[in-house]
Amino acid sequence: MSLTASESPSSRTKDGALYLDNAATSWPKPPGVARAMVHVLEEAGANPGRSGHRLSIEAARVIFNAREAVAELFGASDPLRVIFGLNITDGINLALHGILRPGDHVITSSMEHNAIMRPLNELRQKDVRFTKIACNADGSLDPALIESAIQPNTRLIALNHASNVCGTVLPVKEVGQIVRNHDLLFLVDTAQTAGVIPIDMEEASIDLLAFTGHKSLYGPMGTGGLIIGQRIDPEELQPVRQGGTGSRSEQVVQPTFLPDRYESGTPNAVGLAGLLAALTWLKSEGIETIRTHEKALTAGLLEGLGEITGVEIYGTQDASKQIATVAFNIKGLEPSTIGLRLDEEFNILSRVGLHCAPTAHQTLGTFPQGSVRFGLGAFNQPEDVCAALNAVRLLAKEAV
Amino acid sequence: MNEEYAVILVESTSLALRIEKLMKKEGFIYKLIPVPRHLSSDCGVCVRILKHDSEAINTLLIKNRIEVQSIESL
Repeated sequence: MSLTASESPSSRTKDGALYLDNAATSWPKPPGVARAMVHVLEEAGANPGRSGHRLSIEAARVIFNAREAVAELFGASDPLRVIFGLNITDGINLALHGILRPGDHVITSSMEHNAIMRPLNELRQKDVRFTKIACNADGSLDPALIESAIQPNTRLIALNHASNVCGTVLPVKEVGQIVRNHDLLFLVDTAQTAGVIPIDMEEASIDLLAFTGHKSLYGPMGTGGLIIGQRIDPEELQPVRQGGTGSRSEQVVQPTFLPDRYESGTPNAVGLAGLLAALTWLKSEGIETIRTHEKALTAGLLEGLGEITGVEIYGTQDASKQIATVAFNIKGLEPSTIGLRLDEEFNILSRVGLHCAPTAHQTLGTFPQGSVRFGLGAFNQPEDVCAALNAVRLLAKEAV
Repeated sequence: MNEEYAVILVESTSLALRIEKLMKKEGFIYKLIPVPRHLSSDCGVCVRILKHDSEAINTLLIKNRIEVQSIESL
């Protein structure tokens, strides 16, 4: 397989717009994702595992297969410890609200998305405290700072694997070692890296791995969740919601076994069918192939932007130290103006503003104005990078 | 009462599906069916197997560390 233009779906919409917002949601999806979703709706659209008839069992099989595929991707030994939810935010909320108790201390970084920052701030009301380690101006993190912030009541380290703003990859493996040495728990937000950087839960000492289906796993929105590592006793992780599970229906209290303890209500079988198809594609394509492809595109984009007068790039500016997400500004123009003009005049879809990560922008020195962000994906091609650079070049020239 | 069958009762549908994979892999005759009312008031599914396979399947489940609630004759 390859990711050359002739074999890949196009990153342009039917009306010709170039999609460069993959860091928010990947698009297009691989061949087969939509088909798998339609199949469930048309052929196996019953309530998964609730009713015991063949259509219900077929829908449940799809979800179980998706559970196994997710477990395999992240090196999790037990697929029943893969908990599906709405998305990664849902998974992070389960992890933080479920595991933290009054008096606990958490260490996190200044590059986090609000998916971590907001629950942590909310938990202050329950007497949970956290320390936000300041990252460098390029978004990178010195693991030694994490270690020096450990207190006697530190229970958890919560970290994103790569910034959703500028793409900088954080040293998850090194921090994992610190976690083990101090017998703490480790929550990793893999929103931006799952599917482009290999992650092995055991190897990186990750206890709670939050994932989402709709970014670099190339599945649909509404899929994601949390994988609970073997070191976590489910009794210590409280569910954040209760309800019907199709199991132990004679009881009015929540079952204790997995995944039912955390999965109440009818699940998104249609979405998970899409995720399963996406993961099958990802496996055949190979994470390394995608990473190599995106790294080359990112290097080209960084180099080109670097040559344009008036453009300031944020992050490491090194494709080997970041994912395919590039943040920048053009001197003299507001990010919102750039985004609108890219859309209307150049047919390019980007994301501008604060990207749900105000503390990350403070770290990069781009708060409160924010930045423009190009999020490249597996289906982008070198000509897409050229088109983006041409547009930025023209906008920058006018702005001078 | 059917003397030919037994059912494996499990805690969740996910576990029933895990057993299904094992049954398929090992070539046992099986079917996922709703849990018979006289065995449990549950609304979930269980794995129906041939009664004479019960012992071999029980050994296989233990070997694969799959915890079941019980294996009941039908």
